[in-house]
Amino acid sequence: MSRPTRTPDLGQPAGASLAAGQPRARRLPRRTATGVFAVLTVLAVLLGLTTGLGVVPLVLLVAVVGTLVVVLLSRAVEGARKATDRFVTCLVVGAFALAMVPLVSLVWTVVSSGLPRLDAEFFHSSMLGILGPGGGVYHAIMGTLVITGITTLMSVPIGLLTAVYLVEYGHGRLKRAITFLVDVMTGIPSIVAGLFAYALFVIFFGEGVRMGFGGAVALSVLMVPVVVRSAEEVLKLVPNELREASYALGVPKWRTIVKVVLPTAVAGLGTGITLAIARVIGETAPLLVIAGTTTATNLDPFDGRMATLPVFAYYQLTQPGVPPEDGINRAWTAALVLIAIVLVLNLVARLIGRVFAPKTGR
Amino acid sequence: MTATSAPAQPPTRRPVRSLGDRLFAGSATGAGILILLLLAGVAAFLVVQSVPAVTAPADSIPGGEGIVAYVWPLVFGTLLAAVIALLVATPLAIGIALFTTYYAPRRVAQPLGYLVDLLAAIPSVVYGFWGIAWLAPHLVPSYRWLDEHAGWLPFFAGPASATGRTMLTAGLVLAIMILPIISAISREVFSQVPSLHREAALALGATRWEMIRMAVLPYGRSGVIGGAMLGLGRALGETLAVALVLSVTSGLVTVNLISSSNPATIAANIALNFPEATGIGVNALIASGLALFVITFAVNLLARAVVNRRAEFSE
Repeated sequence: MSRPTRTPDLGQPAGASLAAGQPRARRLPRRTATGVFAVLTVLAVLLGLTTGLGVVPLVLLVAVVGTLVVVLLSRAVEGARKATDRFVTCLVVGAFALAMVPLVSLVWTVVSSGLPRLDAEFFHSSMLGILGPGGGVYHAIMGTLVITGITTLMSVPIGLLTAVYLVEYGHGRLKRAITFLVDVMTGIPSIVAGLFAYALFVIFFGEGVRMGFGGAVALSVLMVPVVVRSAEEVLKLVPNELREASYALGVPKWRTIVKVVLPTAVAGLGTGITLAIARVIGETAPLLVIAGTTTATNLDPFDGRMATLPVFAYYQLTQPGVPPEDGINRAWTAALVLIAIVLVLNLVARLIGRVFAPKTGR
Repeated sequence: MTATSAPAQPPTRRPVRSLGDRLFAGSATGAGILILLLLAGVAAFLVVQSVPAVTAPADSIPGGEGIVAYVWPLVFGTLLAAVIALLVATPLAIGIALFTTYYAPRRVAQPLGYLVDLLAAIPSVVYGFWGIAWLAPHLVPSYRWLDEHAGWLPFFAGPASATGRTMLTAGLVLAIMILPIISAISREVFSQVPSLHREAALALGATRWEMIRMAVLPYGRSGVIGGAMLGLGRALGETLAVALVLSVTSGLVTVNLISSSNPATIAANIALNFPEATGIGVNALIASGLALFVITFAVNLLARAVVNRRAEFSE
């Protein structure tokens, strides 16, 4: 692409943009590309209204024709190098727009399909004895809360302590090994974590074991590395001067960590933990394997099957019963509730980061 | 790094450590070692539970031809779906990362990046719902077109699926799911390119694209490769989206991407069959899970090695 510019003869001397004496290369006016795409969009809307073409081909048409027009215009006026630049700009913006399509359509599909059953009964009743319409997710939400709660109680201390070890105490081979393996551990497939929990519990409870606590163990395998990574990043940000000031006052190291380092990092830790919870609360595969599902409310994590929100959604969609509409509607509403929970947790995480951020002079 | 404050001191000045200090240091170290044990435990328990499936007579394994014949089509399906996802997601993710670092107006770049990150927050099962209900039906016309016009390619041999629940759809859903991972890592690397490199390119009269090609992409290459491999690791292990979207024929090995009979992936196969499996069937599923664990572990190991090497260079 780095050939010397050779503009086609459109009244412009060849190589004008490279000529030394030329005060300024010719350029397209600002916002040409935006204008081209705006005009094309209007034309496409008109075309769609008159011929009834679908949205997808029209959008594709606008993208392809618009890019072509902009590139050719630029090639004619500004030269080949500029034209390539504009072509890449179109590609890059297009890539971003393309990535927004699934996000928008996913949220739209889930909201529009989930709204019909989003009523009070949905949150108050379980699926005990429900055939056909009615029923709800009370049991599944309680199960999700219990399992996620236990997971958090197990993962946060382990994760935080490990992060403290890595940042404050660790050195040498052990530190490097743990850092590396925690990184690798973030990539463990969730279903493998579920199988691990099953393989562990089957030793104690025999074949076909299903229990909520097993789900919590599986989710911990997924949550611990996330907590470690985020906590480690945050603890590293705590200025060393704070630690040194504390040591200078004769404060032992562990008091320094508990009273100085952790409080300074509390905002980041809160954000990281909340995001980790958001990550595991939507996990389905390990719970499908080890926690199973049930129609009644079960609050005892050691007593057999336990329904959870994602697994509930999965089974309502794949085994909706007769007539299928009721089950499928419940599945979509459960998916909507799940997305809402995850998004709220993400939002809360950001808020924690804002509100509890240390007040520094910076 | 800030971690070297204590051990950097010479041993002669080692202070007397109080009980609290020793307890705290001990429990922190213990937690770190616990994680190592956990990882070893995952491998060990999977191996223990897989052994019966490996030693069992061939005809007792589902499919009746032994564990290798059972797992191989699943491994093939897993790799196929993940490779499709990677091929689609990597260029898109690089584009997105470039957009948020160098193309978008600075004020909106961060919120837009956050929007892409939201894709990572959506649970796998919801992607599966969306894949069945929206993506698959919308892809059916394209599959018909591919079947008619590109049917001579083995990938599009057809007959085109009427529901759209094909290997290609599963790969596309996976691509969307790994997009935020690859783009987040690429974004980070791209934003670390020394501004002197970029400004030097621009000062020589480079256009924005030429600057990116000369300064940004060479610098970020290993980071992008590492990110893509992390995405690959995620795509290999993704379960429910595939379990819901893919319509599966067991034991099949084919590169036909648009028909209604497809090889399952390991993870999807476990999710579909585990709840009803008994006896040796459970062990066979765990053995396939062990295969998945080994594959993803290797991919992640390699990815982390690539990413970490880059991190050392960029200090």
